[in-house]
Amino acid sequence: MILTHSDLLVLLPLIIVAASAVSGMLVAGFYRRSQPVMVLTLLGLIISLAALPLAASFGPRQVTPLLILDNYALFYMGLIFAATFVVTVLCYRYFGGRESHHEALYILLLLAALGGAVLVASSHFASLLLGLELLSVSLFALIAYPRSAERPLEAGIKYLILAGFSSAFLLFGMALIYAQLGTMQFARIGALPAVFTQGLDAYGLAGLALILVGAGFKLALVPFHMWTPDVYEGAPAPISAFIATVSKGAMLAMLLRYFVTADAHQSQSVVMALSLVAIVTILAGNLLALRQDNIKRILAYSSIAQLGYLLVGFLAFGAMAVEAVAYYLAAYFITMLGAFGVVTVLSRGMPEQDSDMLTDYAGLFWRRPWLAGVLTAMLLSLAGIPLTMGFIGKFYVLAAAIGESLWLLVIVLVVGSAMGLYYYLRIIAVMCAYGPEAASGPGTPAVPASLAESVTLALLALLLIGLGVSPGQFIHVLETTVAHLT
Amino acid sequence: MILPTLIFILVAGGVLSWVVERWHPGSAKWVALATAGIELVLTIWLWLQSASAMALPAHGGWLAEIRAEWIPRFGVSFHLAMDGISLILVVLTAFLGVVSVACSWTEIQERAGFFYFNLLWTLAGAVGVFLALDLFLFFFFWELMLVPMYFMIAIWGHEKRQYASIKFFIFTEGSGLFMLVAILALVFIHYGSTGVLTFDYFELLNTAMSPSTELWIMLGFFIAFAVKTPIVPFHTWLPDAHTEAPTAGSVILAGVLLKTGAYGLLRFVVPLFPQAAGYFAPVAMALGAIGILYGAFLAFAQTDFKRLVAYTSVSHLGFAVVGIFAWNPWSLGGAVMQMIAHGISTGALFVIAGILQERTHTRDMRRFGGVWGVMPRLAAMGLFFAIAALGLPGMGNFVGEFLVLMGLSRVNSVLASVAAVAFVTSVVYGLALVQKIFHGENTHGWQLHDLSGREMATLYSMAAITLWLGLYPQPVLDTAALAIDGPRNIATGQYHSGAE
Repeated sequence: MILTHSDLLVLLPLIIVAASAVSGMLVAGFYRRSQPVMVLTLLGLIISLAALPLAASFGPRQVTPLLILDNYALFYMGLIFAATFVVTVLCYRYFGGRESHHEALYILLLLAALGGAVLVASSHFASLLLGLELLSVSLFALIAYPRSAERPLEAGIKYLILAGFSSAFLLFGMALIYAQLGTMQFARIGALPAVFTQGLDAYGLAGLALILVGAGFKLALVPFHMWTPDVYEGAPAPISAFIATVSKGAMLAMLLRYFVTADAHQSQSVVMALSLVAIVTILAGNLLALRQDNIKRILAYSSIAQLGYLLVGFLAFGAMAVEAVAYYLAAYFITMLGAFGVVTVLSRGMPEQDSDMLTDYAGLFWRRPWLAGVLTAMLLSLAGIPLTMGFIGKFYVLAAAIGESLWLLVIVLVVGSAMGLYYYLRIIAVMCAYGPEAASGPGTPAVPASLAESVTLALLALLLIGLGVSPGQFIHVLETTVAHLT
Repeated sequence: MILPTLIFILVAGGVLSWVVERWHPGSAKWVALATAGIELVLTIWLWLQSASAMALPAHGGWLAEIRAEWIPRFGVSFHLAMDGISLILVVLTAFLGVVSVACSWTEIQERAGFFYFNLLWTLAGAVGVFLALDLFLFFFFWELMLVPMYFMIAIWGHEKRQYASIKFFIFTEGSGLFMLVAILALVFIHYGSTGVLTFDYFELLNTAMSPSTELWIMLGFFIAFAVKTPIVPFHTWLPDAHTEAPTAGSVILAGVLLKTGAYGLLRFVVPLFPQAAGYFAPVAMALGAIGILYGAFLAFAQTDFKRLVAYTSVSHLGFAVVGIFAWNPWSLGGAVMQMIAHGISTGALFVIAGILQERTHTRDMRRFGGVWGVMPRLAAMGLFFAIAALGLPGMGNFVGEFLVLMGLSRVNSVLASVAAVAFVTSVVYGLALVQKIFHGENTHGWQLHDLSGREMATLYSMAAITLWLGLYPQPVLDTAALAIDGPRNIATGQYHSGAE
């Protein structure tokens, strides 16, 4: 296969990220400081973000059988790179700032982002696995990055084992499907005459089920969610944000592409299984979050529930569903980054434990009103209250689901959201507490947020409210770009 | 442009009072008072204007309207319009806004800027609810007013504020989600039959659907409004929220937020689903009548002053529900009258409870007694509003209840006679309230200073309005009647074929 000139141009965003990872390694080899590597990382991400419109003007384009760079892929790449940018900014002070030597962290982040980007652009099982492994392997190292501390190590090993298992499941599933259909390309699978309508044989069905199991682990869908709270709690706060957003978002975007292009939703049993998973995920995620006292664990369970809502939109299929998932994911990225961002800013940084107990947040409104305000906005968005993107997102998902008359899922979503209010409000109520209730607040003095962190959080909050109040423009962009899956 | 201005003033005033408090502690209340005052002046000016505008035959009942694109993808527009009912309710909202700022004047000392921000934003949300004629926009405001209200209860509330505020939020938001689902279902059914995706009220009127679908969708709306109004058995959040809220919060909750539920029944449930509302009317009226009696009985059993008043709200709003579902000119006029009169008289009772609590730090009626001796002015006002609440002729509540019963007896005389029992039960709780607090020996030796000038001005103006509503209710009924005519024309034909 020969790559043409325009193929390379379309691949430019991926190439830039890969190149900045490599040059980051070189720079770190000569000049062991974290600052230049961090600047290089940010620069690389900005340039690749800027290259996205250029790539879009040459697309949509199938580059080798492995990758397809259409607007759908480019949109999610944009989300992934932007999220990685935010995580990079959040990492800097948290991991010790100028004095530290954590260049490897940024290189790993870039590699993980590259993995996510390959994942959303993959149109073939091989590139899927490639992207997934790139993402997962970087994540093992990122989670256990503070390697002298106990909890990150535990979380890292937990993630390593389960991600290994899930990759094995995925691989086996792919092999079974290949054995039956003789192709690993999504579009070819879809083009095979009525594969799903006539029903797969036992091998094919088992293969599809195994793929769903593997993806379910990554997406932390119930019953494959056990690792999530422990890993989120153990990992450094900005890395938890990265797992919650980039890793899950890329996987979901890939899965949606696979389902739509391979026409997998024609298969009754697959849709049934996914609906069941969505219902259990929403209910279990919300129920398990109710009694948690650790904010990172609450956010972990909340992210499980959010993925359940997303799955409801996903199950509507069709153009509206693709838009709904895209909007909801964008909202979810911003809220999760914002929420974990506040946890990061409040934490003292790497060797010490994060300030993640609910008691650490007692009376936060009166001590650090801006931070508390940002966290409140993020929580209200997760709860789906107007003025935030979360509301429009939930509305979008409900509209897609009602348009397809998925009544059971809709009712479960509503019940789940009502349950979810309790734990979001609980955090807000703790932050509003004053007097004796707030006296149990932290004994350690607060760390001031760096300028970059403050600006980032403020931007996230503004974006959250801006796109929640006037989503028209953004929705128009989604409608014209993302919805056209090719 | 006047309609968005009404909302914007409150939004801007809220932000301003928060900001100003940081520079000059103590100035937030002045900003809030000015904001609510301007809002009140504007709305009264609108009312006076409307009196002449309504003389014109061709205006169709709508006094002002504005419409702009918002989210074209879903056919959502920023569509506000005002008719007589919305006008009256907005005037009520603005008036109670002034009252609630006045009654928080000394009660709220801590974090006053944020308090007035929340207060004004709640009012902005309520005004938006009364004006919105796009279902998405309506839902937007409907949810939006909950958040600041939640903060008011959770931060400035009394002992059990966390429990009460979370319960309030989960009940109203959870039921609101059912309404959202119902709205979407209605919109998609309309889309399916016409190919137009829109959330506009006027376009969704007369959407064709099968009777069972109509009933289900109507129930989705009904449950949200039933929680807010509240209709028994969806009322359990109300006593907690009213009791634990600060005085201003209780006034706004009882006076404004509960009205949004009744308003929703009147504006959306019956006109959008006339046939389903027709089948359902007997059930709804029965629930309303049960609420009237149940609220009255429970009110009598309370020992907490604010809890007692909260249960009387359940009873009084039962009249509004019954009046709306009886759906004839008398009962509808009565329902609107009842909403206004209840807003004023119950608001005043909460103000009195707040004044007593500020001085004695208790709401337990067993610890009061003999307050008449030390606070004669307050006691007189307490007696006045207790009597207004029990429906003495000459006061606003009487007019409302009487008209509702008159309208109801034409539809269902059995229910009318059941509801009429409330005239007895309300006397029991009203007088018990006066007896326990103001009469008897001053066994606890309360030494309290009587009403200040600010408190007197507040209560006297509320008393004057109650009397005005009772003695000369015609302006309110006229304004409401013009608006009621609109939906009635839309709904009556089908509604009564279903009801009878």
